[in-house]
Amino acid sequence: MTSRRIPAAADPVRPGPDRPLTIWVDGEPVTGTAGQTIAGVLLGAGRRQWRSTGQSGAPRGVFCGIGVCFDCVVEVNGLRDVRACLRRAQDGDVVAPQGGPFGEPGAGRSDEHDGPEVAR
Amino acid sequence: MSGQERHVVVVGAGPAGLAAARAAADAGARVTVLDAADVLGGQYWRHLPDERPAGREHLLHHKWDTYRALSDALRAHPAVTVVPTAQVWSLEQVSSPGLVSSSGRRDGVRLNVLVGEPDAAGRAARTFEPDALVLATGAHDRTLPFPGWQLPGVYSAGAAQALAKGERVAVGRRVVVAGAGPFLLPVASSLLRTGATVLGVHEASRTGSLARGWLDRPWELAGAVGKAGELAGYVGELVRHRVPWRPGEAVVAAHGDGQVEAVTVARLDARWAPVPGTERQVEADAVAVSHGFTPRLELAIAAGCALTASRFVIVDDTQATSVPGVWAAGEITGIGGADAALAEGAVAGAAAAGGDLGAGAAPRAIRSRDRARGFAARIEAAHGIRGGWVRWLRDDTVVCRCEETTYGRVREVVELTGSHETRSVKLTSRAGLGPCQARMCGRTLQDLLDDGGTGVDRRPIVVPVRLGDLAATPTSSTHTASQPQET
Ligand SMILES: Cc1cc2nc3c(=O)[nH]c(=O)nc-3n(C[C@H](O)[C@H](O)[C@H](O)COP(=O)(O)OP(=O)(O)OC[C@H]3O[C@@H](n4cnc5c(N)ncnc54)[C@H](O)[C@@H]3O)c2cc1C
Ligand code: FES
Repeated sequence: MTSRRIPAAADPVRPGPDRPLTIWVDGEPVTGTAGQTIAGVLLGAGRRQWRSTGQSGAPRGVFCGIGVCFDCVVEVNGLRDVRACLRRAQDGDVVAPQGGPFGEPGAGRSDEHDGPEVAR
Repeated sequence: MSGQERHVVVVGAGPAGLAAARAAADAGARVTVLDAADVLGGQYWRHLPDERPAGREHLLHHKWDTYRALSDALRAHPAVTVVPTAQVWSLEQVSSPGLVSSSGRRDGVRLNVLVGEPDAAGRAARTFEPDALVLATGAHDRTLPFPGWQLPGVYSAGAAQALAKGERVAVGRRVVVAGAGPFLLPVASSLLRTGATVLGVHEASRTGSLARGWLDRPWELAGAVGKAGELAGYVGELVRHRVPWRPGEAVVAAHGDGQVEAVTVARLDARWAPVPGTERQVEADAVAVSHGFTPRLELAIAAGCALTASRFVIVDDTQATSVPGVWAAGEITGIGGADAALAEGAVAGAAAAGGDLGAGAAPRAIRSRDRARGFAARIEAAHGIRGGWVRWLRDDTVVCRCEETTYGRVREVVELTGSHETRSVKLTSRAGLGPCQARMCGRTLQDLLDDGGTGVDRRPIVVPVRLGDLAATPTSSTHTASQPQET
């Protein structure tokens, strides 16, 4: 496992006791602790890629960690385009890796506007 | 004028915004603080959320007491409302003849805000038309592209920092830190405190420019001595952990099958071009890379604020921008670190509230702001990006992470169209047209094309908004959303 969460008991910073929660990724349970983001749960469990890009299908996970790059987007409980690094995980969240282009089908990205003005 | 009826809205709850809100409230204004995050503190004081209260949070922060004092004061202050999870997604310039504010101003701004879980559907739409606005939206770190930087396991240094502080997650076991600037030191420190092995900190600037940037006006450094002490602490920590700090080096490639397994480190010349023959491979499972910071200028640009040539918000001695009623503080006015942000915020807040800058806590804030200012210039002189880095690009290097546009494609488009204008190269190559709205690659494209305009920083819609939420938004903002105003 490369990325991992520091167990509360072993952490000099002494975070409050772990309150485990489970999210479902592709039908598999992944456990984290209350207060983590979805990206935090995934990385903490050693998973660091959960999306494939629209063009080449290359794997992606977290890059900027603060909501700016959109590399980490996932589908959460049926809703696409959620930034996993910002969204706090809730017990029972169903997370699906998101392929294909960003944005609601039909919403249309307007190239004229230099980006997805009303992307979703 | 009595400050009582003046409503000051502060956007951003990092060091600058928190200090501004406190100063504005102390000067008698009614204050609303908006931040997209669900915890206060911004990037500098990113910490564990209430669900995981840390017994010894201070171990991860400098000036943690200052944060506690500021956030406690704001929560207790009857005239202050803090609205977390408040994403300001656009700013409109409005003139409301019926709405003459106490300051006598007729023109103003309207902030369109969605409040609720990030990217959720059905968030509450709110608008604010403050008498005075303080922008303290901060910055995100900037990473120059290199072959393999799109592999999972390559993080911006800010991500490694945010995950260590806000999640207690170690991004890897064997981590390489690289890029430029003093920020690499706290990142290495936080990584060590996650139990990771930091294999090295590779600083692109060579000792020559580091010495010139940091030593040519030593009296300024004395002024920023708090910061110098903080940095010295990190250096001591690196030495204790035997982490090599290597100036004049860069990670010029990352390798691996589906994720990072190794990186290539090379020596750089003074222009940041890799020196042939100096490459060596280092086995690592994570890389944290940052070459500086990019200010979050969207709202300032939408308000019409004038920018410096190096694209920071221009402010006067009271932190007022070129737009009446709009003040700015923190990293959007220059990359000077948290001490500068705190001092600028305190001045901006007092001024925005219409307070007397000659009384109370203001004169002290002005003095520390003036001392901290030199720091930004030093960082730029010592660590500013030098053009030779493009030599580590290959034709197949991804430049735009969203659209996967390569360096070769950008060059091809330039050759085919003969255009060096970023906008047209974007439209043809698709670089910069993805969901991040060119936040990751925009300035890189401009550097590659030698185009210094502000076009790439203009994003009338700050973050993508779901169509349903747009429909729920009151007043004329729907109109603005589909027809971005040119400011
Ligand atoms: C990820 C990261 C980690 C960092 N960690 C450190 C560190 O450990 N040590 C260090 O010395 N420096 C660090 N820095 C540098 C840091 O930027 C400054 O030292 C300091 O935080 C700047 O303060 P600020 O108040 O100007 O902005 P920030 O602290 O960046 O605060 C800006 C706030 O504005 C909010 N915001 C922005 N736009 C909007 C909007 N449209 N709507 C609503 N809210 C908005 C953001 O959510 C953020 O909370 C870090 C930077 C980054 C990007
Ligand atoms: S990792 Fe960049 S937006 Fe989440």
